[in-house]
Amino acid sequence: MTEANPAARARPDWWGGQFPSWLLAIVPLAIIATGLVVFARLHAPGVPKRTGPPAEELAVERTVLRPGRIELTVRNDGPDPVRVVQITVNDAFVQFITDAPDAEVGRLRAEKLTIPYDWVEAHAYSIELLTPTGGTIDTNIPVATETPTAGPRFFAVMALLGLYVGIVPVFLGMLFLPWLRRIGEQWIRLLMAVTTGLLVWLAVDATLEGVKLAGQGPQAFGGPALVFFGAILAYLTLSGIDAWLRSRRGAVEGDSSPRLALLIAVGIGLHNLGEGLAIGSAYALGALPLGAFLVVGFVLQNTTEGLAIIVPFTQRPASVGRLMTLGAIAGAPAIVGAWLGGSAYNSSVAALLLGVGVGAVLQVIQQLVPTIRDRLGRALNPASLSGIATGMAILYLTGLLVSG
Amino acid sequence: MMWRKRKSPVAEPDPAAPTAGVVSRRRVLTAFAPLAGTAATARLLAGQSLGFSTPPAHAAEMPGMGSHGGGVGMGFRGGSVNHVANGFDPSQLLRDFDWGTTTQLADGRVLREWNISAYDKDIEIAPGISFPAWTYNGRIPGPTLRCREGERLRINFVNGSSHPHSMHFHGLHPAFMDGSPGLGDGQPLIQSGDRFVYEFDATPFGFHLYHCHVMPLALHLAKGLYGGFIIDPAQGRPEADELIMVMNGFNTNFDGRGNQIYAVNTVGFAYQEAPIKVKRGELVRIYLANMLEFDPINSFHIHGNFFNYYPTGTSLQPSEYTDTVSQVQGQRGILELRFPYPGRFLFHAHKTEFAELGWLGLFEVEE
Repeated sequence: MTEANPAARARPDWWGGQFPSWLLAIVPLAIIATGLVVFARLHAPGVPKRTGPPAEELAVERTVLRPGRIELTVRNDGPDPVRVVQITVNDAFVQFITDAPDAEVGRLRAEKLTIPYDWVEAHAYSIELLTPTGGTIDTNIPVATETPTAGPRFFAVMALLGLYVGIVPVFLGMLFLPWLRRIGEQWIRLLMAVTTGLLVWLAVDATLEGVKLAGQGPQAFGGPALVFFGAILAYLTLSGIDAWLRSRRGAVEGDSSPRLALLIAVGIGLHNLGEGLAIGSAYALGALPLGAFLVVGFVLQNTTEGLAIIVPFTQRPASVGRLMTLGAIAGAPAIVGAWLGGSAYNSSVAALLLGVGVGAVLQVIQQLVPTIRDRLGRALNPASLSGIATGMAILYLTGLLVSG
Repeated sequence: MMWRKRKSPVAEPDPAAPTAGVVSRRRVLTAFAPLAGTAATARLLAGQSLGFSTPPAHAAEMPGMGSHGGGVGMGFRGGSVNHVANGFDPSQLLRDFDWGTTTQLADGRVLREWNISAYDKDIEIAPGISFPAWTYNGRIPGPTLRCREGERLRINFVNGSSHPHSMHFHGLHPAFMDGSPGLGDGQPLIQSGDRFVYEFDATPFGFHLYHCHVMPLALHLAKGLYGGFIIDPAQGRPEADELIMVMNGFNTNFDGRGNQIYAVNTVGFAYQEAPIKVKRGELVRIYLANMLEFDPINSFHIHGNFFNYYPTGTSLQPSEYTDTVSQVQGQRGILELRFPYPGRFLFHAHKTEFAELGWLGLFEVEE
């Protein structure tokens, strides 16, 4: 009598009731898969191959200059296979060698083209790849300089750059800790707001940079979408880690500052990874205005990052070891990024990593919001608003120093 | 679309064989590698899959050609153009003059007739690169129409192309025979599938041109609708080894901003691949025209020689004794020269960019 309509419950079991539920999922999957395979094997009956001529799209993923030769790694990010049959360098046909002569580059496949060429240091080169239809794919070498080989010297130079740009500034920023401990809670809240502003601008900056980078390379892997994919993935991952840390520690002690500091350090570390990538790849391309100016710019900018890490410790004790660890987490990825960027640069990977940095920073911003609330519980109060604006302005202005 | 498989690399030259005589292009390339670049380049050229297998040491066997600073080392990568599929070979086109067929008119004059059809054809202009061309009789340049001053000429034109075309001849003729439709004086635009008969007198003598004159003009010319039109003087010219050279280029990506490939008679580096054989001391007469679209000027330069130049071929007296001449589009002239020395001599555009993009060839002077 409790069953108002017995038929409604019986209906789903009308067929298949005797089979296990996993089978009921597998059968339609198998039918879909078989159907697709048959359709593809029959060469899509009734569907024309394509309307119009083949789309020949190649993106130059990596350009390497070695003494007496230019190496291009091209990736096919169009729908049709592409073949490079001739190449001109500065309006002259040249010889070249491929991994697989006469082979077509299939969709998403890459091919290395080696051009024996007596290039001249600091000259510009315009390279044109010709396909069988006479289509052209252009690429440029704005300033020719030998691509650093990933040897000990290169790793040492990149490590030094990463040290200057990542670790040293972060540690310098941490030197403000004793001063921070003396000032009042209101000032701390303001500093937290400034940190939030810094991070907001880091997120904006990294998003723009990632979208720009992604737009330059092959689009086949999603282009700018990679930035957002990386960002969301990082945000979700860090939120998960945060929740796990809370459940593990929160039960024991109510102190959230170590967790907050760690998250800030991780967020900044991921951001510095992107920064290192940019520096390393620019160095590899010979496009890095190396020198004191660049380093000074990065030091000014990244010192504020060190400040952001220590703010949670203003009212809590923190061992030197812990602070050093946090500083390393925030700064050292710049070295790794520089190594990666200089030796195996790939714009799609760079865009994804920059996106990861954005997601991490956004997660940290979310963590910081409670710390800038005033006594009435408002996150957006006059002090926090002006702090956020100041933080953004600081990064914006110091960023001008670096990009100039 | 032509996805033709390129021929396998030519057989490796025997390192012990004497270098005199035929030297394959690859050997020349290999020989120049040390000049063109570093030892690494040489190794790269010498060692790898393309079959550059002659050791760089052989560079020493190619003295004298280094004077051009690696110029001979230029050229296309891999294989050669399939002239059979193209339907014409630049080496044969060079000496192919179409005298048409003749009949006697009632007044005793000669009536000379040609059948010309325009049609669309893919032409391989560089190894592996196919150009969707518009042609007269399936070749670029179209047939070199040749006649004598004072004859009556009749050209039976059929348009088998998918686009409307015409034939515009340089020379003296009535307006309605000018082949430049759209002026409102009855000159027809020859639609796809239509035919038209052009008829006029052969005058003045000289080296002229014919080409399509349908809008957009730049496209119709760039696609390949042009050819040489020679009117011999009534008394003829001295016996010579005669060559037709139409300088042209191909904008393969159709962006209208310059050409990707430059050439004489369509196929880039064709006469470097197969040098033009001439006899030492024999009079050579070159009918040279510039039909290059998109670039304002073209030029011809010959090594180790000078020539008498007859602008437009309309005078029997040369205007200049030189080794370099420039021509704007549509300009043409006759060059007369004798090679005093045996051996290989370069000729190319002295706009070096064009030379390195295909407009470069060799004369091979034999005893």
